[in-house]
Amino acid sequence: MLHRLSFVPGRLLQSVPVAFGVTLLVFFLAHLLPGNAALALLGQRATPESVAALTEQLGLNKPLWEQYLLFLKQLGQGNLGTSLTYQSPVTGLVLGAIPVTLTLLAYALVLSLAISIPLSALASFRPGGGRDLGVRAFTLLGQGMPQFWVGIMLILLLAVGLRTFPVGGYGETAGEHLYFLFLPSLTLAIAMSPTIIRSLRSSMITVLESDYVGTAKSKGASGVSLLTGHVLRNAAIPTVSVIGVNLGYLVGGSLVIERVFALPGLGSLMINSIFTRDFPTVQGVTLFVALFVVVVGILTDVIYTILDPRVDLGRASSA
Amino acid sequence: MRTSSAAGTAASTALSLLRVTDLRIGIRRRRGDDTVIVDDVSFDIAAGQRFGVVGESGSGKSLTLRAVADLLPKGVEVLSGSILYDGRELVGMPGAERRRLMGPEIAMIFQEPMTALNPVVRVGDQIAEGPRRHLGLSKRTAHSLAVEMMAKTGIPDPERRSRAYAHELSGGLRQRIMIAMAVSCSPRLLLCDEPTTALDVTVQHQVLRVLEDLCADTGTALAFVTHDLAVVNQTCTSMAVMYSGRIAESGSVVEVLSNPRHPYTRGLLDSAPDFDQPERQLIPIAGFPPSVTGRPVGCAFAPRCPFAVERCRTAVPPREEITPGHDTACFESERIFAGVPA
Amino acid sequence: MTTVTTLYAARRARRSTAGSRSLKPWYRNGSLVAGIVIVGLLVLAALLAPVLSPYDPIKQDLVNALAPPSSTHLLGTDKFGRDVLSRLLWGARVDLRVGFIAVLIPFVIGTVVGGVAGYFGGWLDTVLMRIVDVFFAFPFYVMVIVLVFVLGSGEASIYIAIAAVSWVSYAKIVRGEVLVAKEQDYVVAARLGGLSHARILVRHIGPNVLSQAIIYGMSDIVMDIMAIVTLGYLGLGIAPPTAEWGSIISDGQEFITTQWQQATIPGLAVVVTSLGLSWLGDGLSDLLSPERRK
Repeated sequence: MLHRLSFVPGRLLQSVPVAFGVTLLVFFLAHLLPGNAALALLGQRATPESVAALTEQLGLNKPLWEQYLLFLKQLGQGNLGTSLTYQSPVTGLVLGAIPVTLTLLAYALVLSLAISIPLSALASFRPGGGRDLGVRAFTLLGQGMPQFWVGIMLILLLAVGLRTFPVGGYGETAGEHLYFLFLPSLTLAIAMSPTIIRSLRSSMITVLESDYVGTAKSKGASGVSLLTGHVLRNAAIPTVSVIGVNLGYLVGGSLVIERVFALPGLGSLMINSIFTRDFPTVQGVTLFVALFVVVVGILTDVIYTILDPRVDLGRASSA
Repeated sequence: MRTSSAAGTAASTALSLLRVTDLRIGIRRRRGDDTVIVDDVSFDIAAGQRFGVVGESGSGKSLTLRAVADLLPKGVEVLSGSILYDGRELVGMPGAERRRLMGPEIAMIFQEPMTALNPVVRVGDQIAEGPRRHLGLSKRTAHSLAVEMMAKTGIPDPERRSRAYAHELSGGLRQRIMIAMAVSCSPRLLLCDEPTTALDVTVQHQVLRVLEDLCADTGTALAFVTHDLAVVNQTCTSMAVMYSGRIAESGSVVEVLSNPRHPYTRGLLDSAPDFDQPERQLIPIAGFPPSVTGRPVGCAFAPRCPFAVERCRTAVPPREEITPGHDTACFESERIFAGVPA
Repeated sequence: MTTVTTLYAARRARRSTAGSRSLKPWYRNGSLVAGIVIVGLLVLAALLAPVLSPYDPIKQDLVNALAPPSSTHLLGTDKFGRDVLSRLLWGARVDLRVGFIAVLIPFVIGTVVGGVAGYFGGWLDTVLMRIVDVFFAFPFYVMVIVLVFVLGSGEASIYIAIAAVSWVSYAKIVRGEVLVAKEQDYVVAARLGGLSHARILVRHIGPNVLSQAIIYGMSDIVMDIMAIVTLGYLGLGIAPPTAEWGSIISDGQEFITTQWQQATIPGLAVVVTSLGLSWLGDGLSDLLSPERRK
């Protein structure tokens, strides 16, 4: 087992250029701001003194490459700059918002699986049958609905209509978090499930037709034991990479959904900062999210390797 | 009517472990004209008996076996007929009840162990699965039983190998794993679907030996499907030859192979290499077997048969007993094999 | 083996009686027809919005603000007294136009990059694909939102932002297709025949590879429309008071308890649009590459 994970250091090394690219791109975006960046950033708050001070603070009067090196150096120290709105380090703001967003993401992923696994099993048992068509209709609709609108509709139905869930907010205790985050997570799960179902359904159909499922049946396995013991693990393998690739989409969606449900996570932080033209914060959040996606890519490979004993990424990449 | 059922004679009814009668397998259509792949197949297997079914690809031999195991591919089903196992009717038996038979009563070995083993589950756990389910063993006891079964099939270092995955083992070892898995619950009937086709000849020989020994130990009956006459000769005591979905000839292995009474069996023997007479010239059967939908009206073998007469092209020959226990489905059998002593 | 061949023969037999799927005429292709009809009607509604709309979509009528649905205002009015139905129809103009145009730039950029990377391979491929990886690290919405912020709101910014994000997918798809296509005999033959790289790419590989990019493009339009609507909802898209589905939903959300239809109906319009485009995409992929679909 362990030797098959020997690819991880190499994989990490491979992501270094990508991570650098990410920082470069974020840095470049910051300098796309037209005209005097400091003036643009300050907007209506600009006075000659504040522009000069910000220019100095951001090092905007230095050559571009020097600014980038400074940016990298500060990044290495965990310094993402100072928020213009809150006048506090961006790192602290980001770190404060991460738990909300991560909980939301994990919750959404769990709910996605809770929706996708039974539906895929239902659909793959008889492809083309009535249940399969029903599941396909769900996936089609799930992909066709704007996420934020699904959130609003859930609020309309479950929060306003049935009064079973709160309209927004995050709550105080862990139990409350789960309660408050249910609707936003469900919203994300509805958006994410179609992708998972598509992959899981087709791989389940393949697995159900495979010889080893015949073998399992010849040993008397059926129903749930067949599903959990033989079908799911095999079918999960290609689905893991599909989830990995689409996690970025989920992250992006969560930023919007936080806005709908007024959750104090990265998304709200970022969009509020956009409205207050607080560029260091926007930059910090963007950078964090992108690096998070890079890490998720590596994690996906690890999980993939653990699930599929045939995969040896170490050997594949060294060859 | 037909003398076929008499092949087993009335006395064996009580003794037969598996009795297949007039089995028809195919694809059911809404408007009646079902596609029949296996037609009117009947045979008996007594407890402990080793029965071989020989035929080319597409002869329906594997489907017949899979019908017994309830593993027919999607869309294909038993259209009519009966499969009696130990006096119980399998056709139409509820799924749950049938699954309870699979493992402790009936087990199966597949052609391609690479695909028949779950790639992501350790082989030891796959062997232990059946005993845990059917014999109610604990995880640990089932595991030691698995290791014991692996040792019995001649796998060296079974404890370590039990933690391996299928792709880490050689073809011969994989097939031994399949055998260990199949016999782990001491079934009374073992279905083998070309279990050695994927192996090279020496390994094939060893694996067959293991299979025979284990079955002899436990008194397990074998239903053995293969295209290889030599394998049947080595493994089985009685046999049936299938052609285009029907049984052409059946009887004891010695009888059928040394004294064939169907021109197709004759053709198979002439086209198979014989290790005792390596110089003998091989005579292939001219032409190809008909497709499932393109079967001729009469005897399916007629278009390829050098002895076919008018009657062969208009009517399906029934199975008729020539000598006790040996029957053939050929109108012209007596004429063709007149010179050959019966 | 035995079973498989038997089954194959049986299935083939069944198929020959049922009629091959790929050979049926386009108008018998259910999803294609459904897609064409839905998208056609939507485009028609958008084009005819000036004629169909009972009111001016941006003219305020504060006396009549938040009127419930009635015979004069079928979908009621918003907080500025604007007719929601008229805004919906005019919104279709904006959202469909932006969606269709936004897909073109990344299609071209991604196809060229993917084609070049796949065809020439080597270090060029490595570098281009690393760049693709970098862009891939930015979630769609994050990148679009940041870019729209940096570039300032407006239609042009939306096009650039969407192009910057979605060219990556085309590049990946086209590269994969080219990698397969360039090993095909007819391409090898063309190369041995001394044709120039450009000619081989455009004449021999292009047509075979583009169909996948076009099929993806159909679902990409859906994605782009979603992005525009989402930006509109967040207040980062097409500037008010221009009618746009996302901003109508955003306006309606405030009054969800009393005027639920204001936020609901534009969302349904998005759903119908994306269903139509998905079916159109499915139908097209049936038509363009029948051998890939089961």
